[in-house]
Amino acid sequence: MAERRRLDLDALSFRFVVGALSAAAVVVLVAPTVIVLLTSLTASASLRFPPDGLSFRWYRALAGAGQLQRAAGNSLYVAVVATAASAILGTLGALGIARSRSRWSRALDALFMSPLVLPALAFGFAALMAFSLAGIRLSWLTLAVGHVVVCTPIVVRTTVAALAQLDPALLESSASLGATRRYTFRRVTLPLIGRGIAAGAFLAFMASFDNVPVSLFLSDARTEVLPIHLWQIIETNLDVRAAAASGVLIVFTLLVMLLAERLAGLSRQLR
Amino acid sequence: MPARSDGEWRLALPVAAFFALFFVAPLGVLFVVSLFAEPTMQTLALRQYARFLGDRLHLGILADTLVLGVKATLVCLLLGYPLAWVIARARPRVQSLLVFAVILPLLTSVVVRTFAWIVILGRQGILNKTLLAVGLVDEPVRLLFTELGVVIVLAQVQLPLMVLPLLTTFGRIDPNLADASAALGAGQWRTFARIIAPLSLPGVAAGCVLVYAACVTAFVTQTLIGGARLIYVPLFMYQQATGANDWPFAAAIAIVFMFAVLFVVVLINTVGRSRRALVHG
Repeated sequence: MAERRRLDLDALSFRFVVGALSAAAVVVLVAPTVIVLLTSLTASASLRFPPDGLSFRWYRALAGAGQLQRAAGNSLYVAVVATAASAILGTLGALGIARSRSRWSRALDALFMSPLVLPALAFGFAALMAFSLAGIRLSWLTLAVGHVVVCTPIVVRTTVAALAQLDPALLESSASLGATRRYTFRRVTLPLIGRGIAAGAFLAFMASFDNVPVSLFLSDARTEVLPIHLWQIIETNLDVRAAAASGVLIVFTLLVMLLAERLAGLSRQLR
Repeated sequence: MPARSDGEWRLALPVAAFFALFFVAPLGVLFVVSLFAEPTMQTLALRQYARFLGDRLHLGILADTLVLGVKATLVCLLLGYPLAWVIARARPRVQSLLVFAVILPLLTSVVVRTFAWIVILGRQGILNKTLLAVGLVDEPVRLLFTELGVVIVLAQVQLPLMVLPLLTTFGRIDPNLADASAALGAGQWRTFARIIAPLSLPGVAAGCVLVYAACVTAFVTQTLIGGARLIYVPLFMYQQATGANDWPFAAAIAIVFMFAVLFVVVLINTVGRSRRALVHG
């Protein structure tokens, strides 16, 4: 009897601690998003939660914010270019290293992954100096190149994971049935790893769209990007338009994510 | 047989060339610039490193940044580990809902997420209003522009990076092991301490590395929540590079910072690996 109660206490306390901590984690994860959305609907001129009255006035104010819109346009443009380039480079890189166990391919793997771990700010600064010493003027192209370096590892990672799930017997049977390597790649490999590449591309897009450490050094007045512009608004005068812009970004993220889930099964690719 | 994968490695060559040109070469430039004695880059000397490492104030900034990362990573682990555990064992519907809750913040702009915390942590913020209303405090607690605030926000912003690798790891642990442990009379805590925790160490190490690397270099969160009084290495480096236009000094800071972060990352990985050997060996 005493033994039984001890066990129950053990199980109960374990469940309580795990349950309480993970509930706290979920609240902490979700609450900020909800709070920003509600705050952005405020009718007053100051950031307050709960908002005093609901209105869309700050969203309407975004229509007149030309600089903000230009920054958003720049971000979108650079993100699309960087994503396309990262998707191609990342897929090639993953195909090159995934099925080899040689020392070289492991070294390449480490090289391709290192931008994820090294402080991106250091890389951004290094790229600025390299371009400047090489006499290359900053433009949207240099900015996109910087983004490709930090986005390619993301595509490599999801594509390598997809390749690891690919049954080599499929490739062998395709070859033994007389298919050329190119045909096998197009008709067998690519359809099977396509979702991995797509998931990586979605993540790369969001990473480029939100990149600050590299853009901080590689963008100038003409190529100002959205996250840096928002950062400046928040740091200088913290106006409610920042909340409205955040609201738009949250809805945008939600849409991209639902699309990614539909097309690539994003949440499954991430695990 | 190996003929099929023969030559496949060549596909990686253009990528390797791109990385050599636009990633490795700039880092080389960074190193070379750090060896110049003055901003005009005339003479070579190790002066910049002496300047950074020989100054109490500068070393303090470096230490603050590295410790900030450790604190935020530990908070992440405390919240992320149980959450990943619950998600891994949840029913499919609940599971996909929870995974969604983890991924949405991961994809939402860091600026947006940090901004949310300004609304929450401010003097008139939700947290202070709640604390005052409940009567836990008599006057607003200062959270914005404090280290505690930065740790809280960093932990939230990077939490998904901790949960996802842990989720993968938990998915790989054979559920029969926990059942066997229970059948042999071990309680939940004991099973956790002796079976689950050691087996999940690789995932813990992977999550900690990602979170740590992201926290120490999180420029936006550090500057917006930390304010102008709390200076961490990224802001300090940025000020020296663009404000003071002192490229050699900023480059030396970047190099020291990279190696310091790399050292911690290797340390975390080593701990993760040594324990794994202990379990399987």
